[in-house]
Amino acid sequence: MTTTSPVCAPSPSPATRPGTAVVTGIGVAAPNGFGTAAWWAAVLRGESGIGPITRFDASGYPVRLAGEVPGFVAADHVSSRLLPQTDRVTRLSLAVAREALDDAGVDPAGLPDYGAGVVTASSAGGFEFGQRELQALWSRGSRYVSAYQSFAWFYAVNTGQISIRHGLRGPSGAVVSEQAGGLDAVAQARRQIRRGTPLMITGGVDSALCPWGWAAHLADGRLSTADDPAVAFLPFDAGARGHVVGEGGALFVLEEAEAARERGAAVYGSIAGCAATFDADGSAHLADAARLALADAGVTRHDIDVVFADAAGDRAADRAEAAAIAGLFGRFGVPVTAPKSMAGRLLAGGASLDLAAALLALRDQVIPPTTGTRRPADDCPIDLVTGAPRRGVRLRTALVLARGQGGFNAAAVVSRAD
Amino acid sequence: MKHLDLSELTALLRECAGQEEGVDLDGDVLDTPFTDLGYDSLAMLQTTGRIERDYEVTLDGIVDGAGTPHAYLDAVNRALAAQEAA
Amino acid sequence: MKRVVITGMGVVAPGGVGAKAFWELLTAGRTATREITLFDAAPYRSRIAAEADFDPAEHGFDPAEAERLDRAAQFALVAAREALADSGVQDTLDPSRTGVSLGSAVGCTTGLDTEYAVVSNSGRDWAVDHDRAVPHLYDYFVPSSLAAEVARAAGAQGPVSLVSNGCTSGLDAIGYAAELIREGSADVMLTGATDAPISPITVACFDAIKATSPRNDDPATASRPFDRTRNGFVLGEGSAVLVLEEFERARRRGAPVYAEISGFASRSNAYHMTGLRTDGREMAEAIRAALDEARLDRTAVGYVNAHGSGTRQNDRHETAALKRSLGSHAHDVPVSSIKSMIGHSLGAIGSLEVAASALAITHHTVPPTANLHEPDPECDLDYTPNTAREQRTDTVLSVGSGFGGFQSAIVLTRPRLAEAA
Repeated sequence: MTTTSPVCAPSPSPATRPGTAVVTGIGVAAPNGFGTAAWWAAVLRGESGIGPITRFDASGYPVRLAGEVPGFVAADHVSSRLLPQTDRVTRLSLAVAREALDDAGVDPAGLPDYGAGVVTASSAGGFEFGQRELQALWSRGSRYVSAYQSFAWFYAVNTGQISIRHGLRGPSGAVVSEQAGGLDAVAQARRQIRRGTPLMITGGVDSALCPWGWAAHLADGRLSTADDPAVAFLPFDAGARGHVVGEGGALFVLEEAEAARERGAAVYGSIAGCAATFDADGSAHLADAARLALADAGVTRHDIDVVFADAAGDRAADRAEAAAIAGLFGRFGVPVTAPKSMAGRLLAGGASLDLAAALLALRDQVIPPTTGTRRPADDCPIDLVTGAPRRGVRLRTALVLARGQGGFNAAAVVSRAD
Repeated sequence: MKHLDLSELTALLRECAGQEEGVDLDGDVLDTPFTDLGYDSLAMLQTTGRIERDYEVTLDGIVDGAGTPHAYLDAVNRALAAQEAA
Repeated sequence: MKRVVITGMGVVAPGGVGAKAFWELLTAGRTATREITLFDAAPYRSRIAAEADFDPAEHGFDPAEAERLDRAAQFALVAAREALADSGVQDTLDPSRTGVSLGSAVGCTTGLDTEYAVVSNSGRDWAVDHDRAVPHLYDYFVPSSLAAEVARAAGAQGPVSLVSNGCTSGLDAIGYAAELIREGSADVMLTGATDAPISPITVACFDAIKATSPRNDDPATASRPFDRTRNGFVLGEGSAVLVLEEFERARRRGAPVYAEISGFASRSNAYHMTGLRTDGREMAEAIRAALDEARLDRTAVGYVNAHGSGTRQNDRHETAALKRSLGSHAHDVPVSSIKSMIGHSLGAIGSLEVAASALAITHHTVPPTANLHEPDPECDLDYTPNTAREQRTDTVLSVGSGFGGFQSAIVLTRPRLAEAA
């Protein structure tokens, strides 16, 4: 409980309730760093990973910037046998899942039968693989379509390949809700922990940086057309002009708190509350998702020490989110940040990466900055952490917000371990 | 006359399905079961599809039971010969 | 623990639109498999499918909507409308307590296939021409648009998501929806699945792994689950949407109840993206866990709605799983695969199978496995060959198996039993 919380009966710390899901491992692939440590150091330095697209020739398109994961050599992470049958999104996912498991220091083989499962978020599956096979089909004929196409592009491919590599036979699946998926998957994995599966790998890693994926993004029309990486993606700025697309995300090892403690695992924090809502009628229900997540966590708005914003980088969407945050916490009532300003929006990976940032912020007692944006627009009355990390604040509980195109809202409350 | 030999087959397997760690495809693998070489049914389907296109031959139902490179090459080359004769 | 019941049902399936036509087809043992008409399939190995006769205009889609909405979205919307009307729930809905959990294995693949051909100049250009793309391409790109369409139609403001677990998507979406009601996150869920995969790329990718039947000379009998002569599955399409409701809420408003969702579980084989271990142990474990959640003994199962895809490996795997989980009762209980009649619609089929399972309970009738004349000696259970069977049916087990290694099981029980429980 923070000192500002109202007088009420103290509830037990969420991390100690039975059935609580705690995070014991984190893996990251982000445009501003491959691997959790490299990425987090870059985030605290305010180092952006947004730059000109190199994965395909984007010179003919009106948007030429993206966030690409640097220094990822697939053959270092994926066997020769798997390379021909995997899209980049699956190769990244396999590498990130391994980092998370290594970080947790857990060998799934030692768990009870069916004791570990996988739930990942996906957006477009293995879209670059899919473009190659569509090209083979349409230009050369159906006999040229790969035997691997039947699964290499589909939405559950990352879950399936992670499950196979690590022998995880528990309840598993994939969820799609665009940018909200990175939280929805974690919420679903947390349900499996509650239902008795001791360990879950969850989160989202995404990538669709190919011309075919680009056509879809361009049709959507929410991208910034700026060519200067420094000003392309400016969440909450008066000059916001759309977002930049990136690739990557984060995967987590989630464990039942008691089981994690028994094996002496280091715990980053707990997934204390989750909720999702939908904007069916044109009105925004992001604040409802946040309220429900707080209630699920058994905390009040006074307990929230920092908010990781969805940060659309679109004027109307930024205003709506700022209004939701200000409505819940008061004008300038809570520190808000959007480190995705350095990575771009990562589809299903975005909210998972924010969740990783929230957990590390709680661990290191530091709020990572929003870069690019110098100060929030006048119509966004939020205490946005800009320029440099903010230290010297006591951080025990964080709220992560996410919105998926089409009306999806998700929120998660994470609490520091202790 | 079209013909497929072991080195051509192993090259295609490598390209279509990669190579299992610890397996020496350049060694004496003629009678080693594909499963011991690390190739599953998908690997064989992908490779067979490639041979069908490259060699303009139909192998549907012809190589299904061939469990070793030896049996596989025999089946493919019989099909190629039969096609030539037809 | 809150309980969950099915109070509404809508179906778009090969052979007819609407739950009534669906059930008539199944109980008559008629097949809806035929030569593909949706595109020119002449160059393909498998040129047959179970297609839905579906005219968007007939279902109220104006030309602009019909153009914007992928076929899978149209199916789901029509099924959702029927389910809502059938349940009579609409006037009682609290939007914030209403959610959607929709399954789909391949999303808007038909729309993507068609649009790709346009922007790529029929595959000639790697650098596709985005200026030629339709404005709604992003909705095809990220298939959560399917769940969003249903949510908007129902006015749902609670949890909404798309579950995409390959061919168990339908079962898993329904299992997930039931879980959301049980935990108190929603009172009413629209759930089910939709897939419209009969497009060149999907037919081609199953050709490439020889998973689909090449029995092009006899489409009507091509889907032959458990038969010795089976040679692959026949692709299908469609959607079933169910209204799931918290039991007390349904009872208070006097809603008609098809069945209770009593248990659900899923497991993975962690073995192979497309292959199955012959012993069926993960599916058996999912069945055991689902019965456990339902607090039912295996001998309570009165009908098994099988995955029964008609591939060599699936039908043996599944038979082994049923024996492993149900013991000697596996030989006493009728089993059937409706894929013999309506094909395999990938993620959607699980929702259609749950709908059929609920109707089996309602009508005390087990639908048959069509085209079963020469049983595979290794598939030695009672698969209800060719003719529907009227029999007391209070508990149904429906199972699914999918690429990625997913194995799922769901248990439905008669509502009368539910009230007594």
